[in-house]
Amino acid sequence: MGKGADAARVPVSRPRRGNVVHSGAWWVWALGLGVGASRTTNPLLLGLLVAAAGYVVATHRSSAPWARSYTAFAKLALAVLVVRLVFAVVLGSPIPGTHVLVTLPEVPLPYWAQGIRLGGRVTAESLVFALYDGLRLATLLICVGAANALANPARLLKSLPGALYEIGVAVVVALTFAPNLIADVQRLRAARRLRGRPDRGVRGLLQVGLPVLEGALERSVALAAAMDARGYGRTAAVPVAVRRTTAALTLGGLLGVCAGTYGLLTAEGGTYGLPVLGAGVVAALAGLRLGGRRSPRTRYRPDPWNARAWLVAGSGAAVAALLALAAARDPAALHPGVVPLTAPALPLWPAAAVLLALLPALVVPKESS
Amino acid sequence: MIRFEDVSVTYDGAVEPVVRGLDFEVPEGELVLLVGPSGVGKSTVLGAVGGLVPHFTGGTLRGRVTVAGRDTRTHKPRELADVVGTVGQDPLAHFVTDTVEDELAYGMESLGLAPAVMRRRVEETLDLLGLADLRDRPIATLSGGQRQRVAIGSVLTPHPRVLVLDEPTSALDPAAAEEVLAVLQRLVHDLGTTVLMAEHRLERVVQYADQVLLLPSVGGVPVLGAAAEVMGVSPVFPPVVDLGRLAGWAPVPLTVRDARRRAAGLRVRLADLAPAGPPPVTGRRPTARGSAGRAVERRRSAAAASGSFAPFPAPLQGATRRRLGAAASWLIAQFPAPLRGTNRRRSSAAPSGPFAQFPAPLWGANRRRSGAGVALPAPPQDAAGPSPESADAPGPNTGPPPVTRRHPTAAPSETFAPFPAVLEGVVVRRGGVEALRGVDLRVGRGEIVALMGRNGAGKSTLLNALVGVVEVGVGSVRVGGVVPGRTAPRELVRVVGLVPQEPRDLLYADTVGAECAAADRDAGAEPGTCRALVSELLPGITDDTHPRDLSEGQRLALALAVVLAARPPLLLLDEPTRGLDYAAKARLVALLRGLAAEGHAVVLATHDVELAAELAHRVVLLADGEVIADGPTADIVVSSPSFAPQVTKILAPQEWLTVAQVREALK
Repeated sequence: MGKGADAARVPVSRPRRGNVVHSGAWWVWALGLGVGASRTTNPLLLGLLVAAAGYVVATHRSSAPWARSYTAFAKLALAVLVVRLVFAVVLGSPIPGTHVLVTLPEVPLPYWAQGIRLGGRVTAESLVFALYDGLRLATLLICVGAANALANPARLLKSLPGALYEIGVAVVVALTFAPNLIADVQRLRAARRLRGRPDRGVRGLLQVGLPVLEGALERSVALAAAMDARGYGRTAAVPVAVRRTTAALTLGGLLGVCAGTYGLLTAEGGTYGLPVLGAGVVAALAGLRLGGRRSPRTRYRPDPWNARAWLVAGSGAAVAALLALAAARDPAALHPGVVPLTAPALPLWPAAAVLLALLPALVVPKESS
Repeated sequence: MIRFEDVSVTYDGAVEPVVRGLDFEVPEGELVLLVGPSGVGKSTVLGAVGGLVPHFTGGTLRGRVTVAGRDTRTHKPRELADVVGTVGQDPLAHFVTDTVEDELAYGMESLGLAPAVMRRRVEETLDLLGLADLRDRPIATLSGGQRQRVAIGSVLTPHPRVLVLDEPTSALDPAAAEEVLAVLQRLVHDLGTTVLMAEHRLERVVQYADQVLLLPSVGGVPVLGAAAEVMGVSPVFPPVVDLGRLAGWAPVPLTVRDARRRAAGLRVRLADLAPAGPPPVTGRRPTARGSAGRAVERRRSAAAASGSFAPFPAPLQGATRRRLGAAASWLIAQFPAPLRGTNRRRSSAAPSGPFAQFPAPLWGANRRRSGAGVALPAPPQDAAGPSPESADAPGPNTGPPPVTRRHPTAAPSETFAPFPAVLEGVVVRRGGVEALRGVDLRVGRGEIVALMGRNGAGKSTLLNALVGVVEVGVGSVRVGGVVPGRTAPRELVRVVGLVPQEPRDLLYADTVGAECAAADRDAGAEPGTCRALVSELLPGITDDTHPRDLSEGQRLALALAVVLAARPPLLLLDEPTRGLDYAAKARLVALLRGLAAEGHAVVLATHDVELAAELAHRVVLLADGEVIADGPTADIVVSSPSFAPQVTKILAPQEWLTVAQVREALK
């Protein structure tokens, strides 16, 4: 904790490994924002959430390749919003409305397709409803994108328990596989031009497919060789008893989790469901922990969960909690009416709560450009 | 430390073992260099040390390999990870994590070292390799030299007792290579690490080697001995050794310093001889005129074509040519430019033969052989004057382009622009960075231009701009009179051809035959054109060979044949000598000279100073996307400490560039 306190005293130092915020904290923060967004359809609050997330990303994302994914997420969010609106226009909406904006020619559908409408009246109410709904979804996506841009996904996987380490590495390698593949496709398409073949169009893409996959396969083999030569997959000698206990605990734990979940979901299992689930989880965790002994790995400078991480994660959680509370107390303010149409108002206290999401911008050191 | 006991390795499906009879021992703390022509199994030997051969590659290893007392038969690579550190040819394929610091720690994490130890070693290694400023950088953003250093660092942190490196400096510019070698030197001297390293660019590494392990040929008997002794008999050797052998020094010198000490006598002998001229400039002489001349010309051009493609199996031929060419080119250089201009005006040619559509006259190989450069040698007016003209205005990029004179005389063909490549004030932005800033460059017909500069200076970008693969922001690029970015690929291949850094990118088909058929179709050439080229470049390669089974040099030749099927007047090569041994390089040199002689303009981006000295008429130095020097090879490389070839350094202040020049002068 001492280190965290030191770092907090010098808030504008360059982010280095020593003072980088734990990836998990960023994810908690972003998911908190997402949960908050799911509690409201007020476009002003949602806009505020997007602005807060965007501001933190803009000031704190690094120049690393994984940080560029934010733009992709923003585009995806926009696409979701547009698709939602198009559906509302074309397929109509169950929202009753009186302000008809335009009447599209309605396609008569056979009797078995009753309940589906194509074309017809487009009301302002239905459009506004679709807009609010789409906006909420888009905000969720932007929050996930923010987490991706701010936290290195590979470092998050490093926090996995030792027994899951090898799976974690496989996931990381798979994650880097995709960008490499895209780079390969671009390079080979450019190379097609050198052969005098068109470098654009779908055909061009298809024809480079095989070489790209071959290249990817070769690279994978090379990487596997390099990893092996560097000691990946070394195992420590573990006594037989420990190995058996591990297997028993893991299997038993998983069974317990299944049984407990079943108990929770069925009507008559209400009594034993929770305790069995709890016991299963504990046993499975113990199995994982014990299984970690087989791997002699150590961890180099794991990200510390320091005061800053608490603040970042806490701000996200606070946004989620406060918005949930506001939604329970004053649903009208967080869900502005569409029938009849009313201009959404900005509720003061929930808006203040959303602004808490900006806390990381103040406490986390910025990337120097 | 490393012990091979009668080892032979046979890969699955192969009839013959790739290496056999390996029986040697590398003592602790030595730097041993593994040398030999391509394809003799150097990578196999290196792989066997770390256990990757045969555990990872498959195949059968007979005999016994022990490293620090551990038998690789019973120890998998991961169980040798604490004694052997292996870095392959491509550092990018080696990285598991995405930032420098994590990468350095990865191996130690796998071994389960204590966190405090890891931290200390990472810091030490960062300092040792000069990586401290890069510790938080994502690996994807590093330059080639930096990546190579990170790769070495990442295997150093577990403190292996043996370091195995496959071509650690081949992809690096001279300065970055020095950096890496300095690090290795330090490891051997200070930490007592045993280093086994394979490298084709012997001129860079041989002086650091305590011993050299020579694999003379496939299945041949390996020789291990002191570097000077082995170099005396080796089929592959750097220029300094070549010069030593020429001058009869025994034992042969390995360093420029050694050679300089002994070169006093040689310098005296050479002092009265022709001072260094520009490198052999072929195809600079006017051809015969008139109908009789044409007939002669036709015969010659046929010879030129065959002569330039045939020499692959006979590198000697190139050498002969070089000798005769040197005198001629020197003579050319002695004439003041205006005189040459007048001569040039008279020049004309009747192109014929297999490369008839090329406007530039075809300079016969026999002519060169017999010619001896007595005739007034004037370059055809359109072919950019080699050296002297550019010497007139060798300014930086702001200066006029090296060749400005144009004479409205009988250019053999008006359909081709006089300059196959013209760049004017070209600015290219990539990823928010200016990769090229205001580059002016002209390349004339028959001219060979070497682009040099550090990794990331913009060489590849410039070549890519010439084929329209990258967008040009400001300025104009014209190849053969068209704008490459706006020309359909089908037409473009007949104007310009690029062999990319990874020739494999150009090859799609699964057999050489199919590749050639496709190349002919793409280029609109006669069926069989490409195959004929392949047969000349790579005798003995059958139609059903898979391109991936070819060696690096063979693949380059195949890609070159594919590109040449369209007969582009402008030929671009990106780092063509990576992974080539000296013999393959000599064949490439002969081939490119032949092409230039036929009027092709050739531009090559390279880090290989010896290649540039031997081949290029002109050297263009790039730094940070700007042209910082542009002039005849001799002028540029002689004055630069990092770009000067070994012979220049040895014989300074006399201005010799290659051993071939010296050999010729001493005749």
